[in-house]
Amino acid sequence: MTLHNLLMPLQYLTADGEVLSEGKLAKELPECAKDESLLIQAYRWMSLTRAFDQKAVALQRTGIIGTYPSSLGQEAISVACGMALEAEDSFVPYYRDHGSFLVRGQLIEHLLLYWGGDERGSAFSPEKMAELDMPICVPIATQASHAVGIASAFKIQQKKQVVLCTLGDGASSKGDFLEALNLAGSWHLPVIFVINNNQWAISVPRHIQSGAPSLAQKANGAGIANIQVDGNDFIAMYEALSEALQRARKGKGPMVIEAISYRLSDHTTADDASRYRDQEEVDNAWKKEPIKRLQSYIHNQGYWDKKAEACMQDDLHTLLEKSVAKYQGIAAEQPEAMFDHLYEQWPSNMDDQVDACSEKFARNRDGGSL
Amino acid sequence: MNQQYDMAQEHEITLVEAVNLALHRAMLADESVVMLGEDIGKNGGVFRATDGLQQEFGFARVMDTPLAETTIAGAAVGMSVAGLKPVAEIQFMGFIFATLEHLVCHAARMRNRTRGRLTCPMVLRAPFGGGIHAPEHHSESTEALFAHIPGLRVVIPSSPARAYGLLLAAINNPDPVIFLEPKRLYRAEKHDVIDNGEALPLDTCFTLREGQDVTLISWGACIKECLAVCDALADEVSIELIDLATIKPIDFVTLENSIKKTGRCVIVHEAAKTCGVGAEIAAYVAEHLMPYCKSPVKRLTGFDTVMPYFRNEQHYMISEVDIADAIRTTMAASF
Repeated sequence: MTLHNLLMPLQYLTADGEVLSEGKLAKELPECAKDESLLIQAYRWMSLTRAFDQKAVALQRTGIIGTYPSSLGQEAISVACGMALEAEDSFVPYYRDHGSFLVRGQLIEHLLLYWGGDERGSAFSPEKMAELDMPICVPIATQASHAVGIASAFKIQQKKQVVLCTLGDGASSKGDFLEALNLAGSWHLPVIFVINNNQWAISVPRHIQSGAPSLAQKANGAGIANIQVDGNDFIAMYEALSEALQRARKGKGPMVIEAISYRLSDHTTADDASRYRDQEEVDNAWKKEPIKRLQSYIHNQGYWDKKAEACMQDDLHTLLEKSVAKYQGIAAEQPEAMFDHLYEQWPSNMDDQVDACSEKFARNRDGGSL
Repeated sequence: MNQQYDMAQEHEITLVEAVNLALHRAMLADESVVMLGEDIGKNGGVFRATDGLQQEFGFARVMDTPLAETTIAGAAVGMSVAGLKPVAEIQFMGFIFATLEHLVCHAARMRNRTRGRLTCPMVLRAPFGGGIHAPEHHSESTEALFAHIPGLRVVIPSSPARAYGLLLAAINNPDPVIFLEPKRLYRAEKHDVIDNGEALPLDTCFTLREGQDVTLISWGACIKECLAVCDALADEVSIELIDLATIKPIDFVTLENSIKKTGRCVIVHEAAKTCGVGAEIAAYVAEHLMPYCKSPVKRLTGFDTVMPYFRNEQHYMISEVDIADAIRTTMAASF
């Protein structure tokens, strides 16, 4: 795995899940590393995220959902974001945050509904998920601007909630992100930005993306605290996020976390990464992937065994099959639904367009006839 | 609520003062109303539209932003989702283009793409239009860009009273509203405005002069010249002048009733001709009102040119003479 100018990311576990005990990176293990329940939860969520990814890719290949961006290899980042947040906080995602959504309470069938081309996939606000969690954001980095808006609303409303915004390494090049950082620093906002640096923005590698030695340091220009974290080390991610969120909650301002990981999958199901990157690099990156690492650690700690693993895999399989069946049981909305949520106050000059839509539907039903 | 605003007061004020009065009224009435923009605080905005508001309501509600239009629009999206009613100011329409992605991709479609779970009740205000000898990039009229976007509303006042009532309506509206202020009219005239907190409808145009012979449709600063022509030609032709005011949605009912009555239609706008809002109105007439028309629809608009820098600006701007000529041409024309 080639990492561009890797500085000193926060890391507790080696790629093999051993406690990092020597060298300049070694640190005393944080509390969460001894929290059996938390780590087992994390491992289950990460495993579910990966199983969901595999299922979603298979569903795309068979035409059951549309283009899908896998989060393969970045499960620790996504799950740590979901787990470190409180329910009432606002999660402002990009589009590779399936793990966070699952932890936040989003149902699998609703995630599939989104990637299956149905707006209702962004409509659900499960009990566990805060009302102010934003929908998946496809236009790159624009969510960073919304995050500072929500954070400033929390500040104006004198609420204790904080905002966590995710973005990719490509998004860190965009003006929206840099402007949002500037505002967050200037207004001292309760917002955390997590850059999922998976080394590739479609086909553009990290070294072409930016000449900055680290992406985290882009926060320096905005006067914002920042840290690089090994994004494949759940313990490091959870610890960094917890500290950043605690700081923000105490009014100590924003923070940027660059989570260093690797996109083990293609960019999306519409992409073929073999066109632009070497398999050797991918093979090396697999050696550092996050799930195996956490599994080794909890196994070594005596928190997990083969029986628990087999049992969990069965559960995940059952859950996914049930969820896919539920998703496939949800009929598409009526065509006129495209008019239902344009405006709260309906512009009557559009009445004829709704009628035209109904007529068009009837005319083209079953292919229509010329 | 501030004592002095308990009772409706009549003020003789300019359009920009009416904007300020409406903002003030809205902030008193609803503490979720906040403002953000460049130089809107101590300076009161470069046109003074927000004069005194930060002093009265504090920085928490009247926020000077860094110089970053994209962020102004994007932060307004976030604020509105989170329960505030942001009124964002873009200093000039020439700088509004950096906000487009947030308006088109997010503000305009948040309600739809979350099936009503999240909404963006926000207002983006910007002064627009030419005729004030401004620097480059300070005189554009690109209202049609926004009118083309499903999910947005576009509003343009043309008098102090309509600025007051329409801005209150825009702030009260549960969806994003682009509120474009004709800066050439900011201080053109003083009119009586009753500060009673009453909003005007956002889907109704205003018939400023009733007439029988020709329907003259315009909006924004051109209304000034249209009114003058109505008066100047009063003995010659009976003009029905309609201020479109809500560019989106367009009140076609009022337009239709007027054109059915007069049988003739002249549309005046400062914006460039091709794909201007006038084209939408002309298309409506062609689709629905041809049997009632005694002459072709006439569009009198800006040219499809870059807005000239101010030495030659007057050759682009629409004069009273141009409007009178268009009216006479239309009156003389037939099919």
